[in-house]
Amino acid sequence: MNWKRVELGGWGRTAVAEMLAARPERLGEVQRALAQVGEEGLVVRGGGRSYGDAALNGGGRVLLTERLDRILAFDEKTGELVVEPGVTFGELTRLFLPRGYIVPVTPGTGFATIGGAVAMDVHGKNHDWAGSFGDHVLWLDLLLPSGQVVRVSPGERPELFLATIGGLGLTGVITAISMRLMHTPAQGVTVRETRVADLDAMLAELHQHRSTSTFSVAWIDAQAPARSLGRGIVEIADPAPEDSRFETAPRRRTMPKHVPSAFLNSVSVRLFNRWYSRRIAPEGRQRSLSFERFLYPLDSVLEWNRLYGRRGFFQFQCVLPDKDGPAGLKQLLETVAKSRRASFLSVLKTLGREGRGHLSFAQRGYTLALDFPRRSGTDVLLALLERVVLDHGGRVYLAKDAALSRHGFAAMYPKLDRFRAVLHEVDPEGRLTSDLARRLAIRAGT
Amino acid sequence: MTLPWTGHTWLVLGASSSVARAFARLAAEGGADLLLAGRDRADIERTAADIRLRTGRSVDVLYFDADPYTDHAGFAEACRAKVAAVEGQYLDVFLAFGAMPSQEDIDRDFTLAQQAITVNYTGAVSILARLAPVLESRRGGRVVVLTSVAGDRGRGKNYVYGSAKAGLNTYLQGLRGRLHGAGVSVTTVKAGFLDTAMTYGLPGMFKVAPPGLCARACLAHAAKRREIAYFPGFWRFVMAILKAIPERWFKRLSIR
Repeated sequence: MNWKRVELGGWGRTAVAEMLAARPERLGEVQRALAQVGEEGLVVRGGGRSYGDAALNGGGRVLLTERLDRILAFDEKTGELVVEPGVTFGELTRLFLPRGYIVPVTPGTGFATIGGAVAMDVHGKNHDWAGSFGDHVLWLDLLLPSGQVVRVSPGERPELFLATIGGLGLTGVITAISMRLMHTPAQGVTVRETRVADLDAMLAELHQHRSTSTFSVAWIDAQAPARSLGRGIVEIADPAPEDSRFETAPRRRTMPKHVPSAFLNSVSVRLFNRWYSRRIAPEGRQRSLSFERFLYPLDSVLEWNRLYGRRGFFQFQCVLPDKDGPAGLKQLLETVAKSRRASFLSVLKTLGREGRGHLSFAQRGYTLALDFPRRSGTDVLLALLERVVLDHGGRVYLAKDAALSRHGFAAMYPKLDRFRAVLHEVDPEGRLTSDLARRLAIRAGT
Repeated sequence: MTLPWTGHTWLVLGASSSVARAFARLAAEGGADLLLAGRDRADIERTAADIRLRTGRSVDVLYFDADPYTDHAGFAEACRAKVAAVEGQYLDVFLAFGAMPSQEDIDRDFTLAQQAITVNYTGAVSILARLAPVLESRRGGRVVVLTSVAGDRGRGKNYVYGSAKAGLNTYLQGLRGRLHGAGVSVTTVKAGFLDTAMTYGLPGMFKVAPPGLCARACLAHAAKRREIAYFPGFWRFVMAILKAIPERWFKRLSIR
């Protein structure tokens, strides 16, 4: 197996690490690569869309799944699909939407891989009724650190299965994923966008739609003054009638390589936010978008993460339970406003239920995502936000995280003990690891 | 809608390689049926399933090993039988297998030199020789062979591999003449550095080209029945310069 010295970063570009990479093209090579891993450990990396350090393993090894991109089986009648881990959401949408099938749960980028989606138990804009990605997984083939390949499912080795859903790739290398696609005659959605004046109005709007609409998501103007805290746009979408015509997709462009870090500042973000919100007429607007444009709005700008300049940015995403959610959201937004730090991709969604994995992120409540250019003092702000989340019984999303503390993590993920017990059994020597796993001491005590 | 490769069956030899995989996908998207052949049968079955699901074309998997070549006659007959089952179907061949042990290892262990020669040269000649009568009798097919710029100029870094590829290049010139009468074209694609499992992580690689682009070029050259092509194209000039340097100077250069 050839290994190559590479330098890779998280999507937020705050964490960068040098690693030895293998890029297997078939199962035999995956096994050979894993067999060569020693104490330095191995992390498995898919599309590289985790924002922080979940797919980094500084000084160790990394296994790139990009060439494991084959579709292994599909049943036209049941929608049951089997794929290799490196297949992307975009590819599945391109291939199966014309045949009337869609991935039931998809993250906000088509460049994410199915293997990564399992490891992060990702969610989409339809969590209230569709749940998390892991809820649609039928079984997984898992290459364990021992070299053995096992099939895990809710019926076979369920504890290992539940540890692998949302398990950050630490339980084994996923070599095949079986999931059920959802039948859809629609090729796109009808989107209704409305402006809302403040947080109460926004939560009311989201709450009203969570049980009746297919998709819902809100954009928050995180720089709004205190009296308009939480103002923004609520987007509701449902499958479009079959004869709909969709707006053509914008041309793919690539973000320039070097954007000055000062490009995003409180003034430019304020201007952007004002423009963004005024695109929508006060009475709202309605349009028809293809699934691709609706689900993956940022995929038309390749390498958009460069927008934040060389120093990169942090994404902070948390979920707060229904009950304490509104108060917690208010406090989070106030904390951000007080910090006067620009966050311009601030997104609020509702989640429907607990994810099934031991380290799944989802729980019923509100999920807020904020991003912050990396500046001196950003870490202080992130620690403040973590505190608010803890106080309100919430959780920080590890797929985005680069800053969570160990004790915060342990307090937010109550099934950590069960996860550790599984690791102790399948990977006693800690062959599978990552910078995130070390930072959060995920293996501690195993 | 008629696709450009409707009515063709592409036999892909060495179907586990990334170029072969991409080539097979493209050919099937273009309407071709496939015979995928190689050693790692389980892996090729996965590729076959993938292509069937993506394109709906017929894809068969055959076991093939460049060495031992005693089995090649039977293999060629199996291919003939597969294609003969469809009236008027063209048989096309994409030969993509190869082996590149490092020259350092070869210098220590002659069996590795022998392996490089057997796989890259003897094995290729053997299977092409067995397929030639089939191609002649079916007429009109296309043969594309992926070789290497290393065959253009012997260099200390990989001269056993290079010499085997050079031998193959010469063999293909002859085969081209022989099959021309039957309307069968033979295309030699001399590849530079490709971003494949073979070269991943090797030192001294530059401007490595993605296998998908190489596959696309191979298929396009086959469509045009080109004789000899370089991929990426700039290697034609690089190799022209390298070949023009007299031996007495070349042996002193760092690129020797």
